[in-house]
Amino acid sequence: MNESIEVTGLRKRFGPVLALDGMTFAVPPGQVTGFVGPNGSGKSTTMRVILGLDAPDEGHALVGGRPYASLTRPLTRLGSLLDAGALQPGRTARNHLLWLARSQGLSARRVDELIGQAGLELAARRRAGGYSLGMRQRLGIAAAMLADPPAVMFDEPVNGMDPEGIVWVRGFLRSLAAEGRAVLVSSHLMSELEDTADHLVIVGRGRVIADTSTAELLAKASGGRVVVRTTAADRAAAVLTGDGGTVAPAGPGALTVSGLPAARVLTVLSGNGVPVSEVAAHRASLEEAYLELTASSVEYRAAGEMAREVAR
Amino acid sequence: MTAGTTARQWPAPAPAAAEHGGFWRAVLAEWTKFRSVRGLVIGTVVAALAMLLVGLFAAGSARFTCPGGPGFPTKTGAACLPRIPRGPGGQAVTDSFYFVHQPLAANGSITAAVTSLTGVHAAGNGQTGAGPGGAGPLAGMTKGIVGWAKAGIIIKTSTSQGTAYAAMMATGGHGVRMQYDFTQDIAGLAGQVSPSAPRWLRLTRSGDTITGYDSADGSRWARVGTVRLTGLPATVQAGLFVTSPVETQTTSSFGGTTSNGGPSQATGIFGHVSLSGAAPGKAWAGANIGAGRGSPGTGVGGFHQAGGAITVTGSGDIAPVVAGPTSYFPTATIEDHLVGTFAGLIAMAVIAAMFITTEYRRGLIRLTLAATPRRGEVLAAKAVVVGAVTFAAGLAASVIAVVAGPRLSRDMGLYVLPVSLPTGLRVIAGTAALLAVAAVFALALGTVLRRSAVAVTAAIVLLVLPYILGVASVLPAGPAEWLLRVTPAAAFAIQQSVPAYHQVSGPYGPPVYFPLGPWSGFAVLCGWTALALGLATYLLRRRDA
Repeated sequence: MNESIEVTGLRKRFGPVLALDGMTFAVPPGQVTGFVGPNGSGKSTTMRVILGLDAPDEGHALVGGRPYASLTRPLTRLGSLLDAGALQPGRTARNHLLWLARSQGLSARRVDELIGQAGLELAARRRAGGYSLGMRQRLGIAAAMLADPPAVMFDEPVNGMDPEGIVWVRGFLRSLAAEGRAVLVSSHLMSELEDTADHLVIVGRGRVIADTSTAELLAKASGGRVVVRTTAADRAAAVLTGDGGTVAPAGPGALTVSGLPAARVLTVLSGNGVPVSEVAAHRASLEEAYLELTASSVEYRAAGEMAREVAR
Repeated sequence: MTAGTTARQWPAPAPAAAEHGGFWRAVLAEWTKFRSVRGLVIGTVVAALAMLLVGLFAAGSARFTCPGGPGFPTKTGAACLPRIPRGPGGQAVTDSFYFVHQPLAANGSITAAVTSLTGVHAAGNGQTGAGPGGAGPLAGMTKGIVGWAKAGIIIKTSTSQGTAYAAMMATGGHGVRMQYDFTQDIAGLAGQVSPSAPRWLRLTRSGDTITGYDSADGSRWARVGTVRLTGLPATVQAGLFVTSPVETQTTSSFGGTTSNGGPSQATGIFGHVSLSGAAPGKAWAGANIGAGRGSPGTGVGGFHQAGGAITVTGSGDIAPVVAGPTSYFPTATIEDHLVGTFAGLIAMAVIAAMFITTEYRRGLIRLTLAATPRRGEVLAAKAVVVGAVTFAAGLAASVIAVVAGPRLSRDMGLYVLPVSLPTGLRVIAGTAALLAVAAVFALALGTVLRRSAVAVTAAIVLLVLPYILGVASVLPAGPAEWLLRVTPAAAFAIQQSVPAYHQVSGPYGPPVYFPLGPWSGFAVLCGWTALALGLATYLLRRRDA
């Protein structure tokens, strides 16, 4: 039984705009899959297609091997949060969860249990119109977990959350994956997914640019570079170049060396009596990796614009 | 939330065929949604109260006064209520005529030839001419016979008003008729009565069964109808009668329809009168049935015999009472207490449309459709919830209005036309059903148009506006009736409790009388609603959410 989400060759046009252009990827169980791309790159449209809300012009999306719209009690197969603001302002959180529970044949007891787990006790009997954005996000996440589904999908879940909430969401997503669930989480900010996603699906203009594990992407972007911190940058640069390395300045008292492994750099510097405060293998940030990736994608002419967006 | 660290196994999804009750879950979810928004619940209560209060206020707004007789103070309110006879079917009837009668045994017959039918009527009705002049009840009246003036023979249980009867008659403008028990009418020979074209009439009684015949020459007879009057006593009263009703003139123009009418009087001349089965030695006796206060006629009546001919003069009618402004006493119908229905309908249309349009506005519709991907089921569940809630609120309001309203009207001096229990139930349940189907119609419009303001406007323009234009006397009768035939407002016909009778002249137009029957009018609304629901389902399925 395949519990994952599969998206194959989705194409969709809204008037003159090609929103999806052959979007294809899969979300396996047991890991967090980050869905990254700038605003307008087709993430939300893809999620709506997965939920059967939008009909694609071509291609199909499957949840556990079946089209979502054919599922009975679908919230037991895939929980989702697309828009935390999708609440009736006059309805309390408890009643919001209760109607969802009724639609899936679940009891009111499950709702009360969930309210306790999500820390919504104080808000549960207040009308949703007065909720902060963070509280709405929490309620939306609780709603997604209502029927304890094996797969979940969140669109920009930390938008508008305070730092404490963001930390909580990250931990929560990790725990869902640890339980064996398939987790798809979108963001237009790579940094949000840095410590959360095991796997990344990077999209732009309605199609997948890269589909890779986070570790692989970072390794590729690091390119074997070593960072050296020293009070004698000029001397260090000279001896390292003499040993066959390529040296570039990386700020005051810091150099980036490529072509030499870290251990060799340390040997050369100490052998020549150059004072060193730190020698470390460079760890690329996801932003850098992302920029590198999109810059190399020559046919993607808006890459610069997108990179700015991503690095923001 | 759960924060375990061990991977779990989820059961495979059940095949679609193994799952039942999907629609019921959707209904429960929609009901939970409805009851958990205070605005919708309060709005429903307000709708029922608005409907009730508008109806009862309209009923209780005017207290009638009437003269108390010589030396007595003017009476008001319930003291003015006329004593209206009730026919065998329980309906209010007019039973005023001049009756020249003898007792008749269980088997027998009566025959007479009507050779002349002439009359006078209130000025301004129909033909004009020189008035007979003079003072008294005929002052200012015009010569001429009204269409439903009647001269003929009758077999009646007794001389009491409202008792069962069967009669053959010549009329002022509708040929020979056989009528019985106030509401029933069968056409006989056509054409006007005159000395050169007499109308021979015969009624034969055999127990409960009475058969009517007519003839132009007294030798070749044609059977017009056979009727059973159940519970007819052994000895009944048979004889000649003449009566002449209030004739309603309705003029219609932009700015409304006005109806007026006045009393009329007729004189009939009978020849070849014969009675078989009569008690021996009895003579003709005259009785001005139902004359006096509360009579629709001139009060004039009498007969004389000369040379084998009997001349009878009478005024009034033998017919069901019809509602409307021309009735000779203030009447109300049970549905007059339901005029607030349109107010309740506006409120429920707003609630029903917003039950889906707010979901579009908030984006909640996506969550709804994610929870129940079968979109037709979502719409059907919403329709069931909105329809059931509206039916319950409408039923409560219309039961109270129809039970309490007539008491209030009677206290004010209005005579409330009685209705049979099935008719009363049809009016009450029909009003609730009208509101419920109209609410579903508004829901469908909300689904199609997706915006509250647009959907509510559309619902009011299609449902309430035609009703108000149709019944509020602003349009001529033609366009008003057309609106009440083709628009969803036709459904208000389900509230009409008193039928129109072709054999009774009356102001047969809105707001009391609708051009379509109760159920066909209701069916027009159902048709519109089915179309709107069909379009809504199609669009909901086809459009991206």
